[in-house]
Amino acid sequence: MMFAHARACAFLGAALTGAFAAHASAAEIRVACYSDGNECEVTQELAKRFETQNPDVRIAIDKVPYKAITEQLPVQLAAGEGPDIARVTDLGGLSKYYLDITPYVKDPKYWEANFGQTLKWLRPTPTDKGIYGMMTQLTVTGPFVNKTLFEQAKVPLPGANATWDDWAAATRKVAKATEVPFAMAFDRSGHRFAGVAISQGAKIFDAKGNLTIDDGFKATAKRFYDWNRDATMPKEIWGGVGGSSYRDAFEEFANARVVLYLSGSWQINRMDKQIGTNFDWIAVPNPCGPAACTGVPGGAAFVALKRTKNPKDVGRFLDFLASEPVYAEYMAKTENIPAHAGLSKKGIDYKVSPQANAALKVFVGDVAKLSPIAYEIQGYKYNRALFNSTTTRLGQAIAGEMSLDDAVKRIAADIDEQVKAAGK
Amino acid sequence: MVDLVRMLAGTRGHRRLDWTDWLSYAYLLLGLVLMFGPVLWLVLSSFKSAAALNEFPPRLLPYGQASVTVPGHPGPLPLFRVKLPDGSTRQLAELRRIGIQATMIDPERPEEEFKVNIRDRERVRAFHLALENYTEIFGKFAFGRFLWNSVFITVVATLITLLFNAMAAFALSKYRFEGQKWVFLLIISTLMIPPTIILVPNFLVVSKLSLLNSLWGVIWPAVATPTGVFLLRQYMLTIPDELIDAARMDHASEWRIFWRIVLPLSAPALAVLAIFSVIWRWNDFLWPLVVLSRTENFTLQLALNSFQGELTTQWNYLLAMTVLTLFPVTIVFAFLQRYITAGIASAGVK
Amino acid sequence: MLASSRLPLRALAVAIATVTLNAVELPMRALQRLLGVPRIGWVFVTPNLVVLGLFTFLPIVIDFYYAFTGGVQLDLRARPFTGWENLQTLFECGSYLDPSTCRKDLFWRAVHNTAWFALLQVGLMVVLSLVTALVLNRKILGRGFFRGVFFYPVLLSPVVVALIWKWILQREGLLNAILHSAGIAGPVWLNEPGWAFSWSVFVSIWAHMGFYTLILLAGLQAIPADLYEAAEMDSASPWRRFYRITLPLLMPNLLVVLVLAVIRAVQMFDEIFVLTGGGPGSATLFIVQFIYQTAFAESIRLYGLAAAASLVLATTLLALTVVQLRISRQGLSGKAGRDDG
Repeated sequence: MMFAHARACAFLGAALTGAFAAHASAAEIRVACYSDGNECEVTQELAKRFETQNPDVRIAIDKVPYKAITEQLPVQLAAGEGPDIARVTDLGGLSKYYLDITPYVKDPKYWEANFGQTLKWLRPTPTDKGIYGMMTQLTVTGPFVNKTLFEQAKVPLPGANATWDDWAAATRKVAKATEVPFAMAFDRSGHRFAGVAISQGAKIFDAKGNLTIDDGFKATAKRFYDWNRDATMPKEIWGGVGGSSYRDAFEEFANARVVLYLSGSWQINRMDKQIGTNFDWIAVPNPCGPAACTGVPGGAAFVALKRTKNPKDVGRFLDFLASEPVYAEYMAKTENIPAHAGLSKKGIDYKVSPQANAALKVFVGDVAKLSPIAYEIQGYKYNRALFNSTTTRLGQAIAGEMSLDDAVKRIAADIDEQVKAAGK
Repeated sequence: MVDLVRMLAGTRGHRRLDWTDWLSYAYLLLGLVLMFGPVLWLVLSSFKSAAALNEFPPRLLPYGQASVTVPGHPGPLPLFRVKLPDGSTRQLAELRRIGIQATMIDPERPEEEFKVNIRDRERVRAFHLALENYTEIFGKFAFGRFLWNSVFITVVATLITLLFNAMAAFALSKYRFEGQKWVFLLIISTLMIPPTIILVPNFLVVSKLSLLNSLWGVIWPAVATPTGVFLLRQYMLTIPDELIDAARMDHASEWRIFWRIVLPLSAPALAVLAIFSVIWRWNDFLWPLVVLSRTENFTLQLALNSFQGELTTQWNYLLAMTVLTLFPVTIVFAFLQRYITAGIASAGVK
Repeated sequence: MLASSRLPLRALAVAIATVTLNAVELPMRALQRLLGVPRIGWVFVTPNLVVLGLFTFLPIVIDFYYAFTGGVQLDLRARPFTGWENLQTLFECGSYLDPSTCRKDLFWRAVHNTAWFALLQVGLMVVLSLVTALVLNRKILGRGFFRGVFFYPVLLSPVVVALIWKWILQREGLLNAILHSAGIAGPVWLNEPGWAFSWSVFVSIWAHMGFYTLILLAGLQAIPADLYEAAEMDSASPWRRFYRITLPLLMPNLLVVLVLAVIRAVQMFDEIFVLTGGGPGSATLFIVQFIYQTAFAESIRLYGLAAAASLVLATTLLALTVVQLRISRQGLSGKAGRDDG
């Protein structure tokens, strides 16, 4: 015990000296970053370059668990704490904490011209014109298909304009012929579901711009519910977990337990690494419904935060990251789709396998076909209220805990309650 | 043979092993399997590659794809056991696969190519420890720094816990002062409050005290454990008051009595609390996650979780990470096992 | 430990400790003169009380305030006062026995689940710990080792416990592999509401049983052996010995176990949250998880509602404990503590 005490004193001393040493430099920018692949590492690398060009600024990248971004960061921000820049996914929900960096970027027109489409997502109000940050990637939801299974079953792949029903029928046939247990699987996420719903005619917003659960949404919920009940889909993805927890169906797909898997462009890297050439996996364009053939865009953004003491340096760093050559390098290294109009046109030189490259192309092609509603829901402040409630309630219905009708009613009630409280 | 069994199980005096003894041993053996088996399985699994983890039924030991290097082909080629049309089975290396057809060669005679339906081939396995699960985690961060933070929090928090809890326990067991009963009830009542439900307001308090992003923000809220106070109080009640009275006769101050007499005599209970405190602080996750958001003051638990992304759960890393956090606790346990269990039994509740 | 190289370090440590603790003595002596001997007790409890006050009682007071205000602001001043609204929302129900008639159906599902869980888990755990303690109290080979075996899981963090079992219980996990080799196709355990709930009970018992076993074992070892010898003289049956001697003398320890296990079960959160996420549907959703999700996991955070649910939980626990202690009418005289701080 006494022994430990002395050690503690030594620790204390060392910790204090360490703390002082860290605060010796000039302006320090704290970046809270979470990573799905190598995003934080690449950011670190680019930050080093920025530091050599700007010796008066120090960039510290804090790699945190995603849980810290979704659960702790909002509390920190609400208490007036937190980092200078953060990589966030609840783009609209946190918008009241964002800092407008327009005065600090070299050329606001460059931002507007290249990031215009996604800058809107970060703005707290539709009329706002500020620049609050930049998307670190653009993601699109869309299906992956196990082509090898199709070949084995000798079923032709549905064409480019095939509907969800066509795909359901085809994949069921394949699953039956190849003795694969399930035809399709969707990630457990309201965001994935929304794309299908919009294709099937859900308007998501009413005339006043408020969330609404219309017949299109209900019909999609019914279809999805039936697919889970008749074992077209594995029940455990949506029914097996509780609440609004995210769960992907990647393992099912990678083990050839499903024929079609609705996820999104961020899975390409992992498919390439883990499935490799075990079977032919391809991305296909989003299937159609009566209204559209759309997925939902998404992605994470680096946003500037109001509480920073060095707004100028925050602006400079984001401006650096957004500049065309740096952004292009970032996209190539992280194997992501750019949210940059100029680069989308030019194309990014990805150093990936042919399979991954083909899949990336399919998703880039899908960006052009996205429905305006899909853009709108992604930028909507309270979109999580819809997404989370969709997963919670449909999950309950699929688990057999409540009827589908009740689930849909509950979704509407949940959204109503939350949006009302948020307005208080 | 029977003698040997009797000797080994020489139970209940001199009587021979009766059915209740057999039943006891069976029960303990089942307990052994149930308590350790799952952990062992986790450790074994953590050495498997992502592909091997996906196999069903799983193998006990980690196996990976076997491969050979064939002259004239870059990189090692995966080996398969293939059933050929003539009915024979051979080990072939795969060159490429398109759709359901694979092109394969015999590593011995690389000139001849075979076209094989992928249903007629089976992977050849070789024992392979997927150490990359671990090395990749280590490669991703400055391990030393996080270990240091974890150790600092654990040690300092435990020392303060021991001191504060012992002081409170001393007052509650060796004095009769006004309001004592209420103090005791107040402390006992905090057992009813799960830390999760005061997470948000507690964050506000810590933030107002400027303890955010400081290791002290993790340490201070953790040191006043009700469990510790009870444990120590119970033990101190058994210390005879005469000892204290005798010291008072010698004009020792109350503080001196506390740390010269009562504290040393409570060593067994203090040891138990120390061990518990070390384990609690080492395992802490949710609270440090709220308080610490800068890499340089992350604990090991936070750092190991930091590669958990939004969209992906990778079991191979998750398992390796779990084993890493489990490791120190298990080591402590292995060495202090007898001490811990005997200590709790004797000091905890007598 | 006593390697010569460490001795100077050790001596240094002792020296530092002596100096610091002696330094405290002077002010303590002054206080003692000022307050008198029994009241100096206040000084000894102060550090502990200050810490508890700041990091437990103050947050509880803030929680109280949250419970009676609305909106989504964290800042206390920015929250509009709403009176009983949060509590009324929680308790708005057609019938408390049917969660689907309630406005906050998830809260009531959580209440039902928690009640069932506490009943089952505590019952099973007390019985199993008692059996284990009785077995460990026999004169068997490797007693110390086995005592450790059952205690080991107590040391694991809840997250680790959950991951271990999640890994075993998944569709292609170890358990199904074992069943598969026996020719049985096992279900996806955590996917069936009934199984998921049963496994939650099992896993939580697995993780905490060791602690309670040790408490009971301590009680068993304190029973004088001559009582049993006397009973054996009278050729009392083993059952009779158990009922007449063991059980009554073990009562105080059993009561401690019971009270602690109930508190612990009603507060169940971490391991089940990681294991099942509260699913399937809401089959393993417990009250603390409901509170956590309402305050943390949603984008729009209803702190007031979460705080109201916390109040309900804390009040229930307090009432339960008082009732248990009243019924037993045995002064516990401070036998308490738990295995997680």
